[in-house]
Amino acid sequence: MSMLNVNDLHVSYGGIRALRGVTLEVMQGEIVTIIGANGAGKSTLLNAISGFLRPGQGEMHFKGEKIEMKPSRIVKAGICHVPEGRLIFANLTVEDNLKLGAYLRTDRKKIAQDLERVYGLFPRLRERMKQLSGTLSGGEQQMLAMGRALMTDGDLVLLDEPSLGLAPLLVKTVFDIILEFRDLGKTILLVEQNAYKALHIADRAYVLEQGKIVKSGAAKAIAEDPAVKEAYLGAKSTTAG
Amino acid sequence: MEYILGIFELSAINLVAVLGLSILTGFTGLFSFGHAGFMAIGAYVGGILTKNLHYPFWVAIIAAGLSAGLVSIVIGRLTLKLKGDYFCIATMGFGEAVRLIFSNMNYVNGARGLADIPQFKGASLAIPFVVAVIAIVVAWNLVNSRQGRNMVAVREEELAAQMAGINVLGSKMVAMIASAVLAGVAGALMANFIGFIAPKSFNMTKSTELTIIVIFGGLGSISGSVIGAFLLTALPELLRAFSDWRLVFYGLAVIVIMVGRPQGLLGGSELTPSGIRKMLADRKAKAAFARAKAGGRES
Repeated sequence: MSMLNVNDLHVSYGGIRALRGVTLEVMQGEIVTIIGANGAGKSTLLNAISGFLRPGQGEMHFKGEKIEMKPSRIVKAGICHVPEGRLIFANLTVEDNLKLGAYLRTDRKKIAQDLERVYGLFPRLRERMKQLSGTLSGGEQQMLAMGRALMTDGDLVLLDEPSLGLAPLLVKTVFDIILEFRDLGKTILLVEQNAYKALHIADRAYVLEQGKIVKSGAAKAIAEDPAVKEAYLGAKSTTAG
Repeated sequence: MEYILGIFELSAINLVAVLGLSILTGFTGLFSFGHAGFMAIGAYVGGILTKNLHYPFWVAIIAAGLSAGLVSIVIGRLTLKLKGDYFCIATMGFGEAVRLIFSNMNYVNGARGLADIPQFKGASLAIPFVVAVIAIVVAWNLVNSRQGRNMVAVREEELAAQMAGINVLGSKMVAMIASAVLAGVAGALMANFIGFIAPKSFNMTKSTELTIIVIFGGLGSISGSVIGAFLLTALPELLRAFSDWRLVFYGLAVIVIMVGRPQGLLGGSELTPSGIRKMLADRKAKAAFARAKAGGRES
């Protein structure tokens, strides 16, 4: 079943066209990754899907229904966004941050269960549940942001550069957790600069260049693509002298 | 005696306006430099209703609050999408625009101002205090409601609040309307207390004064705003003996507080039994943290 459909999406910042007709599809249960250089429009795409930016043109459908352009409705529909740079509430405790993720939910029992589940997934957060989240390390804050997304109980998780600025060991943890998210039944749209890691865990991939999708296909095939290898995976070109 | 009472009356009136701004600035994080504009609207509505149309004080006060609230809906629609400084500038423009409109309106005597407005006297002198108490209760309940927590979330991290599903624009709008209503009410109280209003009483200096009181009392604290309003309204009066120097002392007092306590008198905490307990617990935790840190360095 198709979870998310983006059709011919255009977004501009003033006169600058950040997205120029992006079309993509995410099926239920998939991990789909979007790779691309800085400024290719990756974050813009995620921000448009969750309604923070108003597209100039194009349509998006979530579970077959047209996405309304209001962030609070989009969260309610089941899209949760883990933003670049994490954006947690620094003056709240870890636990309160997690509970805020469940802001729109009313099923207290299920919320308590989900909280337990998040603590199971991130033992570090349990240890620090009473601590102010501004005092957490970068990696812990990323975990908190991901845990908060789980608390919204959305079906589609948008991850924006989850490995940004993290130590290599933590990067591995973050990617392991993305796989666990999938095992929990979440569908994932992952934006990453670490193309190697992203292609490794994804089912399918899109390559975004200057606001356009230039390649798409199975993640394995994309990882083998010579042009992608050269541009994003650091392989030397075989054709160059 | 009457003089002292007058200071308290003025403090109570200022308090109502300050509480409004406290909701907007202290709890929602939107800095407005045009709140005198909402006060002016309230003052003129109140003044005209009591003087020209002979309505009782209460009707005038409620009508003043409502009209400022209505105007704030329009202003909010236009400005709440602006970020940070731009919102500030837009509200500043609004405040000045309101002042200039009243300055050029013949019906209210333009820049000469509206005189002979019926004044509170005898029992009705209690009205500002009653209204101030009501305003404290309303503000307190608002910031401790779900709506109030939304506002704080918006202040702390707008995007993250949006991602949790909070209607950010809606929360800002509620804060804007509530603060404008309180400012309008304060304006009407001012008109009926002093008996004379002129556009220049509601210039940017007035807006700035309100903002200073909110910051002085501490952002995100109702009790801080209450204490700040009384202290900073009374201070210039207590310093009246120093005549021209009093504003210098006023400025100094504000600077000393800002240097010594950048978070204001009671930034983020409240003077209630549970609030004080929380403050003490925080202090203890901080001391323990500092000790642990120092100990860690030694070993």
